[in-house]
Amino acid sequence: MLPDAVHHPHHPALAHQFDSLAQQSEAATLGMWVFLVTEVLFFGGLFCTYTIYRGWYPEAFAAASHELDVTLGAINTAVLITSSLTMALAVHAAQLGQRKLLMILLVLTMALGASFLGIKSVEYYQKFAEHHVPGPSFQFEKEYVRHAQIFFSLYFMMTGLHALHMVIGLGIMLVMLGLAWRGTITPEYYTPIEISGLYWHFVDIVWIFLFPLLYLLGRHGP
Amino acid sequence: MPSSKVFMPPRHYLNDGYGIKSWLLTRDHKRIGLLYLAAITLFFFVGGAFAVLIRLELATPAGDLVSDETYNKLFTMHGVMMVFFFLIPSIPATLGNFLVPIMIGAKDLAFPKLNLASWYIYIIGGAFTLYALVAGGVDTGWTFYTPFSTVSSTTNVIPTALGVFITGFSSILTGLNFIVTIHRMRAPGMTWFRMPLFIWSMYATSLIFVLGTPVIAITIALVAVERLFHFGFFDPRLGGDPVLFQHLFWFYSHPAVYIMVLPSMGVVSELVAAFCRKQVFGYSFVAFASLAIAVLGFLVWGHHMFVAGQSVYSALVFSILSFLVAIPSAVKVFNWTATMYRGSISWQTPMLYAIGFIGLFTIGGLTGLFLAAVGLDVHVTDTYFIIAHFHYIMVGGTLMGYLGGLHYWWPKISGRLYPEFLAKLSAGIIFLGFNLTFFPQFVLGYLGMPRRYHAYPPEFQVLNVLSSAGASILGVGYLIPMIYLMWSLRYGRLAGSNPWGAVGLEWTTTSPPPTENFAETPVVTWDVYDYSAPLEDHVA
Repeated sequence: MLPDAVHHPHHPALAHQFDSLAQQSEAATLGMWVFLVTEVLFFGGLFCTYTIYRGWYPEAFAAASHELDVTLGAINTAVLITSSLTMALAVHAAQLGQRKLLMILLVLTMALGASFLGIKSVEYYQKFAEHHVPGPSFQFEKEYVRHAQIFFSLYFMMTGLHALHMVIGLGIMLVMLGLAWRGTITPEYYTPIEISGLYWHFVDIVWIFLFPLLYLLGRHGP
Repeated sequence: MPSSKVFMPPRHYLNDGYGIKSWLLTRDHKRIGLLYLAAITLFFFVGGAFAVLIRLELATPAGDLVSDETYNKLFTMHGVMMVFFFLIPSIPATLGNFLVPIMIGAKDLAFPKLNLASWYIYIIGGAFTLYALVAGGVDTGWTFYTPFSTVSSTTNVIPTALGVFITGFSSILTGLNFIVTIHRMRAPGMTWFRMPLFIWSMYATSLIFVLGTPVIAITIALVAVERLFHFGFFDPRLGGDPVLFQHLFWFYSHPAVYIMVLPSMGVVSELVAAFCRKQVFGYSFVAFASLAIAVLGFLVWGHHMFVAGQSVYSALVFSILSFLVAIPSAVKVFNWTATMYRGSISWQTPMLYAIGFIGLFTIGGLTGLFLAAVGLDVHVTDTYFIIAHFHYIMVGGTLMGYLGGLHYWWPKISGRLYPEFLAKLSAGIIFLGFNLTFFPQFVLGYLGMPRRYHAYPPEFQVLNVLSSAGASILGVGYLIPMIYLMWSLRYGRLAGSNPWGAVGLEWTTTSPPPTENFAETPVVTWDVYDYSAPLEDHVA
């Protein structure tokens, strides 16, 4: 069972249903992992749909993929990976009780996340202007116009769902910033930062899959 | 029966705060269980009202009571209400919420706020669906098949889809909460193989909640986006595949059947042990059968699509896998029967429901094997045979277990006993009414009567009238328990902490339990279902 050394019966952060902070932290961490499993299945339905249609219509998917802006996509990938680094450092700072550093790193993470969303909306705007949003006004070279709509439907759905997760992530980071500000986060109790980090890294990893699947089709050598 | 002192504890979860706020803002898993109980009962009777109208229409061969379009809405709303808003949350959200922490000796679920949030999410989802109903209903069938749902239907698909989408997250949160609680909150001495089988079944159910629900959520979201923004995911005009929707839909919706029936199986295991005074025969086999059903359940969805243009090879594989589900299911049925064999059976109301479950589930399960066989399934697809089969599982199985469990734990929930004679009577009425309603439908389906039509050839009338007559008996059978259970809240005899002389942890605390469940954290020193000595000896 739980080691007695980490027994803090009167810690202010200890919820009534738990016996110890260690139990509480284990439960929260397991809860986040289970939630991430759910998320994998949530995105999984989309990845499955993508895989099937890409297998059926490889040329149309490659042609549609060429319309995406690889440079902006690559910049965004770099931005997100950097935000994962600042997030990981934030967890480390929380473990060491470096409150100021923690707050700086959280703000940096949020700034990077917001830049990602900013770049993403520039891309969305371009697609809108180029009539690449599926529906009645969709325009594409005649040969692929039907199947390219499926590609762009998936593009908007997958990146849109990812962006929604980023927005939620920013909200979580704001709450974490509040907790750090009030001094709730201590070396004994930094679980909230840790599991928010798990979530942030997960959203990051989803993008690591989305970027090549959506942006890099048919771009390898002859 | 045990002679423990019968009294109403001065302080318990029901009198720990009065007023609407003490309920709507509660974090107590027991109160949240009761909030769910009230909400799902409402949806059960709304869904039931649609069933009444369906059976009234089918009393005569001509489509004379409602138009064909109205009829389409009736069976759709019946299905949506019953599946997503009653059957799926039924046992987990009510009895599960109430019992999971108590049965493992915890003070509450791991995440009480999340638990309350799940109820609100359920209510918001329900509100969207009720709005769809009031705004004119929806006619896609509860399965939302594309392209009808995305292109053709002119009814309220979007609010209904949103309702189902939102409610899914309440299932996910409940499942997440149960998994973490069972892993991390067990009392000292409560090892995995001392857990009651109800907990094992809740664990298996939670796995399906967590793994399956997100897939239907995203699928339904795709339908809504396709309909709303003219995106193309399943649209054949763009080269999309409507059959892909069916794959994604059934990837969740077949396991959903096990979400409905696994909890009932857990309840029946508890009932059989308690009313036969015996350790459940082959405890670990029954426990692992729950997990096996949960896992296998994810591999059989293709049997819903034998006529949907699936390749013959996939159909064969899905057929074989579907047959495999029969093995863990049969393990359970045989083990319950073996437990009853030479047991000291007492014929209390919950036990009547348990026996009803075993019989009806066996019929439902065996007819499921007919449907797993590709050739036979092609013959009866979309007929009343299917309707009869899944109602034997969902009503004969899930609902029987739910009512049995509700009666068994009612003294714990309310602190009072229900009137035994009335309860036995209504158990009998329900069993009779159920069989009269649904058995003729097997015959109708085999003779070729298709589902989802409001008119039928006159030669089918006799069997349809039998079915409608049975449905009215069944309806009465459901009303009686609702009335006497409410009555017993105030006027029932006091139950005492252990009215059945059972040995689970939930019977060691008072009825109703205190808000923190136990005066002090229990230490479990005895094996599960150890009926060699009364509970008092174990605790002492």
